[in-house]
Amino acid sequence: MATTPNKAAVATKPAAAKASQQGFVYLPLIAGWLVPGAGHFLLRKWIRGALLAASIFAMFVLGLAMQGKLYTGAQDILDLLGVVGDLGSGLLYVIGRTIGLGAEPVKTTVADYGTKFIVVAGLLNVIAAVDAHNLRTGRKSS
Amino acid sequence: MIHPSHFAAVVIFAVFASTVFGITMRDTPSRMVRYGIYCFTLFVGSAIVLSWVMFFIAR
Repeated sequence: MATTPNKAAVATKPAAAKASQQGFVYLPLIAGWLVPGAGHFLLRKWIRGALLAASIFAMFVLGLAMQGKLYTGAQDILDLLGVVGDLGSGLLYVIGRTIGLGAEPVKTTVADYGTKFIVVAGLLNVIAAVDAHNLRTGRKSS
Repeated sequence: MIHPSHFAAVVIFAVFASTVFGITMRDTPSRMVRYGIYCFTLFVGSAIVLSWVMFFIAR
């Protein structure tokens, strides 16, 4: 005997999909870019958000502690790429620039590592923000 | 100010990058953990292998 699909379940699916599209879908993306982990917090992914925030914040702070520099201007193409990477950290970069962190020129190998830590923290934050956006739009299931 | 060794810097970098990769590239917690460990192993393992390669090239 053929089974009929559960009408309630069929009716619920489009409703759930529609509900996931309501509101400003870019909010987790923007929040996650400005504050590491905030996009996942908005989606109630508390543990993931905390792990992402801790990882990105730690990389940024350790980079500064290694006397890494924050890129300030684009004198050449590599500096421009550095600025783009640093900007991925969102408010961390703005706060760092505002209070004058990472302004010293790089003199040691470890300071160069620190500079790369800061850039990679920004790039990882962009990945995390896009992940939050994918969760919000339903492109990523869970 | 901190001055980690080169290897310590690699390990610190690998821990945090692998955490973000694991969470963002997989769907379920168990697969996230497995992928994170996989990335960490590749980060640190490739650094060790490349270090030995450069050591023998320099000799």
